Amino acid sequence: MDEFLLRALAAGLGLAIVAAPFGCFVVWRRMAYFGDTLAHSALLGVVASLLLGILPIIGIIVLSLGLAVALAVGQGSRRLGADSLLGIISHGSLAAGLVALSLMETVRVDLMGWLLGDILAVGWADVWLIWGGGAMVLAGLAMVWRPLLAATVNEDLAAIEGHAIGRSRMILMVLVALVVAVAMKVVGVLLVTALLVIPAATARRLAGTPERMAALAGLIGMLAVGAGLAASWRFDTPAGPSVVVVAVLLFLAGQVRR
Amino acid sequence: MTALVRVCEVSFGHAGQIVLDRVSLCVEPGRIVTVVGPNGAGKSTLVRIALGLIHPRSGTVERAAGLVVGYVPQRLDIEPTLPLSVRRFLAMAVPGTALGIMQDALDRVRAGHVLDRQVGALSGGELQRVLLARALLRRPGLLVLDEPVGGVDMAGQAELYDLISAQARQTGCGILMVSHDLHVVMAATDEVVCLNRHVCCAGHPEMVSRHPEYLALFGPRVATSLAVYTHVHDHAHLADGSVGSGGRHGPECRHG
Repeated sequence: MDEFLLRALAAGLGLAIVAAPFGCFVVWRRMAYFGDTLAHSALLGVVASLLLGILPIIGIIVLSLGLAVALAVGQGSRRLGADSLLGIISHGSLAAGLVALSLMETVRVDLMGWLLGDILAVGWADVWLIWGGGAMVLAGLAMVWRPLLAATVNEDLAAIEGHAIGRSRMILMVLVALVVAVAMKVVGVLLVTALLVIPAATARRLAGTPERMAALAGLIGMLAVGAGLAASWRFDTPAGPSVVVVAVLLFLAGQVRR
Repeated sequence: MTALVRVCEVSFGHAGQIVLDRVSLCVEPGRIVTVVGPNGAGKSTLVRIALGLIHPRSGTVERAAGLVVGYVPQRLDIEPTLPLSVRRFLAMAVPGTALGIMQDALDRVRAGHVLDRQVGALSGGELQRVLLARALLRRPGLLVLDEPVGGVDMAGQAELYDLISAQARQTGCGILMVSHDLHVVMAATDEVVCLNRHVCCAGHPEMVSRHPEYLALFGPRVATSLAVYTHVHDHAHLADGSVGSGGRHGPECRHG
């Protein structure tokens, strides 16, 4: 096996494991649009990084962290529906990113790579970022797992039982922002949420406990990454979309069962 | 006796509408306080303020230090995407609870058969019973119930009310309960607060039982199986719940 394929596999499998439990919370708490918004705004982060001459990943992380905190804080105000607000930020920032990118004549950017991911181009540094950073965000999630789960069941009950709801929600949003930023390299701006949502949704019908659902989502995600990369290699299709297509096929197969 | 929770002159508004107007309420250990009133009277808001889930615009709320609260919400909507067994749901209330204790708690509310079912698959009545069992598992000093018998059949309602009042008698826990039924208030309620954005009237289910000598003789919880509280309405409400100008206020009335 070629080394670049090995790197792609290592990065993809690591991401599938990290994304799984976050994907469950995204599904349970109906945050799919939140993930989309973070991902779409990331392009603006890429442009800003190029202008400032820093690594794109840093720009993406800073921008999505800021956005996550702003959204977590702003959730209280109800002038607009949350979905409308997210829609405005999501597509507004994507459009702004595309416009800004086209204005930068000096720098050439692989636009398709950012939009759809370029898993075959990941280096060992990216792989380490995914596994090392992934381990850290998973550890962070484990620390707030209980209050988050309690708040997901019912926020009032969780608050009365002494869980710090606001803080754990903020931590979840920040961690999701980190996962989205890291996942961008693999599946791209447009497909990040798919990697979070589809394996978790597929695992739902097979799992009886929240933890089992997260573990199963990890396995399903790894299967999608492995099969997607193989298909991409065999049929010469773009890797990120191939992974997502396999995930969707797995989801459909899960629905047919029974 | 020190109060478990004391709500004092609390007001709350929502989008320019007055929901609660200088409402006071106090729950002491071993006593059952029932809040009755029509839809939109602010009953659930009052309960949420008493629990500290929302903060009043004015007025104070004091809860006893270290108070363990058991809460039965009006309804519980579990995301269908979240796999959660009743067993796990109960364990989340008190981590490390033994299986036998959970089974006992469910048996007490006559829902012993649902331990291994998914919470999302329960019927409305079963879910209310599970919520009550869960609240009792916490060994609460204060039990707060927001229309606890919604979806429960008639025979089951009386059973659950008996269980709730037994809890107050046996463990001395204070109970704050909401009911939308204005006329029939459960057995052994010590105090009824009739709420319609303001406290219309408050007192013991029967006028007699308010007399100090009567209390000394029988104690506050004279066994009456289904007390009928007579609503003394001496003033008229306008459509928005405010008090009409033609109204005359009774001695208990504290609103202007």
